Amino acid sequence: MPKSKKQTKHSKSQNDIEEQKVQIRSQLKQLGEKIYSDLNSQRFPTIHFPSRSVRNIVYDKKTKQYILGSNTVTRTASNIKQIRSVTQLTWLAFFANELMSNKKSSTLRDVYYSSQAYAVDYTDQPESDAIITDLESVISTARERLNIYPEERSAIFGDLDIEYTVPGYEGNRANLSSHPDGYLIGPSLSTADFVDTSAEMIIAIEKGGLFNRFIEEKVHSKYKAIIIDTAGQAPRTTRYMLKRLHKELNLPVYIMTDGDVYGEHIAMVIVSGSAGAAHLRDLTVPSAKWLGIWASDIAKYKLPTIPMTEMDFKRVSELKRDPRYQKGVWNKELDVFLQIKAKCELEAFSKYGLTTIVDKYLPEKLEQAKSM
Amino acid sequence: MSKTKTTFSGISPSEFFYRNRDLAGFSNPAKALYTATRELVENSLDACESSEILPNIYVRMTPVVDQLDSPEPRTYKLKVSDNGPGIDPVKAPDAFGRVFYGSKYKLRQARGMFGMGGTMAVLYGQITTSKPVVIYTSTDGKKFHKFTLRIDIQKNAPVIINKEIIEGKGSTGTTVELLLTGDAFRASTKVHDYFLESALVTPYAEITFVDAQGKMFYYPRSTNTLPKPSQETQPHPHGFDFEGMRRLIEDTDDKNLHKLLTNNFHRVGATTSTNFFKFAKIDHTSSPKDLSYENIVKMVDAMHSYESFLPPDSHCLSPLGKDILNAGIMSELSPEFSTIAIRPPSAYSGFPFIVEVGLAYGGNVGSGGVKLFRYANRIPLLYDEGSDIAWQVVKDLAIDKKRAYKIPDNAPLALITHVCSTKVPFKTAGKEFLADRPEIERELKNAVREVLRKLRLHLSRQSSQEAVKRRRDIYTKYLPLIAEFSKDLSGKKNLPNFQPMLKAYLEESEADN
Repeated sequence: MPKSKKQTKHSKSQNDIEEQKVQIRSQLKQLGEKIYSDLNSQRFPTIHFPSRSVRNIVYDKKTKQYILGSNTVTRTASNIKQIRSVTQLTWLAFFANELMSNKKSSTLRDVYYSSQAYAVDYTDQPESDAIITDLESVISTARERLNIYPEERSAIFGDLDIEYTVPGYEGNRANLSSHPDGYLIGPSLSTADFVDTSAEMIIAIEKGGLFNRFIEEKVHSKYKAIIIDTAGQAPRTTRYMLKRLHKELNLPVYIMTDGDVYGEHIAMVIVSGSAGAAHLRDLTVPSAKWLGIWASDIAKYKLPTIPMTEMDFKRVSELKRDPRYQKGVWNKELDVFLQIKAKCELEAFSKYGLTTIVDKYLPEKLEQAKSM
Repeated sequence: MSKTKTTFSGISPSEFFYRNRDLAGFSNPAKALYTATRELVENSLDACESSEILPNIYVRMTPVVDQLDSPEPRTYKLKVSDNGPGIDPVKAPDAFGRVFYGSKYKLRQARGMFGMGGTMAVLYGQITTSKPVVIYTSTDGKKFHKFTLRIDIQKNAPVIINKEIIEGKGSTGTTVELLLTGDAFRASTKVHDYFLESALVTPYAEITFVDAQGKMFYYPRSTNTLPKPSQETQPHPHGFDFEGMRRLIEDTDDKNLHKLLTNNFHRVGATTSTNFFKFAKIDHTSSPKDLSYENIVKMVDAMHSYESFLPPDSHCLSPLGKDILNAGIMSELSPEFSTIAIRPPSAYSGFPFIVEVGLAYGGNVGSGGVKLFRYANRIPLLYDEGSDIAWQVVKDLAIDKKRAYKIPDNAPLALITHVCSTKVPFKTAGKEFLADRPEIERELKNAVREVLRKLRLHLSRQSSQEAVKRRRDIYTKYLPLIAEFSKDLSGKKNLPNFQPMLKAYLEESEADN
């Protein structure tokens, strides 16, 4: 492998994933056995898992992310209001086990429709999605590891050789810079082994338009970067991918977003997770750096702005109460937003030419990030 | 200043009501048409019931031909026929042509209270159209006596214009035909409500009503049971007034006060009379005619304050009873649940009364909250619901305290209140709402509470039956599914043995109910 700088230990990664799968399936099976033996001994099946209610979501300073507290909820078939969700949960565990043993994957929507073949009724897809989140909590495992994926997909581009592990493609390899539109981050990619890369950093960018601009401007070779389009708030698969790239390839992660309060929060979710996934681990990159656009950059780079809306101000005051926003650049930039009462988009740099963002802004911010 | 000379002259009762027709419910053409219809129908019902005849009543309202195209109000011909006992031809002209024709002192439970309703209708027709009234009546079914008459308002006496005898068709009865100015368009709702609500408490009557558009409404008979006819009774001393006493003394042949009291009053015997006159400090051997004005006042006051008179007894009353009220509720409202409470007799100011309350839930009782049907001596009360004591009671219990009775919001609930008495305490002569006598309020409250308690029992029984069924459905559906999925997930060969627990659970929930 000629351009190899960092070669991952293929066999080890492969084993890790296989080992995880075996472990997850055994957890599912244990759940089934518990329910089976409850019934056999004339007890109503009961399932316990951590509560995801707002009161049980706490900020963990050590891991710098939201985690679930010690409250648990119990679903029991002896309660007439819960027997239906116990049935749904048991079915879902069975269905996920089937998916994994057949090496098939399924979207959230597929799961909702599959239930109908088993006489398990859901009122609507949100109910089905909520049961999937319950099962995640029961076995503390993200749905993606159960081969259940959301529809949303973001993209990746850069010099990274991968080897597929999905059925039918085992051993096939691909280089993620060989397709100019980038590769979709889906089930196949997020479970692939990372074989080889020359990249030295990862740049996650909020918007598809800028992602394409970065590819055109050859940011991947100029800065030796793997570029990821998060397509707005990064989906879990993408966050899982970022985490793996950071951990397995030991690459720093940088984030570029619009210069508004939502952009700031997109960066924060990559760094420290979302409250909605407080029951899950392995989705955060605590060392990731938010390059910008910061509120203070707006004046510094004389960027064209848009006035902040009432919603924007409301969001700022919400985030001001969030423990993760109490210090550093996070806190400071929120204050600047309140001062200037304006926001801007990544495309604002086009005012100074299409390449300004890549040629001027990116290097300056990367330099600044070193001292953060 | 010159003196204005004021002259005083007596007026006849006819003239009094002619001048004050608002009092009797003839204030405008719409209300007059409704009131005239109602008065005549009530006379017919009273006549049939007092002779224990199952009433057949036919009512027709027709616009007169030459006014078909004129705007309301216009002239209508109102015809009311019944199969009652008929009226003695000697008395018939007075019955329709003289206001206040009736017995003087006796009391009975009847729809008509002031003895003037039918005559007022005739009077009103005569005033507005100057046409006479035509009455056909037969007491034997063989001969019908036809009278054409008008009222001499000043003299308060009938003037017979024509009198003939025609061949009968074998059944007794009375038909009244009169012309009057009315507004059928505006009266329509009330008239229809009246027939519908009447049908609810007279399921033993067959009523046919043809309205001004020629549409026929037929209320069939749903029971052959008539309420026990009411009996005339003497007045109770507690309810007797000065004017009554003055007239009684004028008319009486009784030689002394003791006789006067025992002969003319309800439940007053020799002992009671003796004790009473001791209490009143009046010599009971003195002649009634010798009683001074002051002593009449003294005696009436004493009659009101003496507490040892026996309470009035209720044999003279004729409540509808459970069967009739229930038959009416079933045929007009066909509810999913009905119940009836009949209170024991009670009395206010010497007048006996009985309160009956029916409750209907679901079925044809539309949802949207509590509907109240008020009756007094079987007359539907349609106006001024809010001022009626029955409405206050129903509002307090069935609306403001509905949680206590587990009544759901917008419940399909109807309450029927019936107060029967020898004297219903109407606030006006128009028979529209009951005054708030505490004794009547208390009995209404007790009756309404009783039916609401039964409703609560019904609703909770029903909801627990539904709950058992729901539990059964849910557990027989989901528990086998859980068993199957857990079998497949754990890789076992056979289903877990969950059947005994399912069976036990269902039996237990059945037993809890």
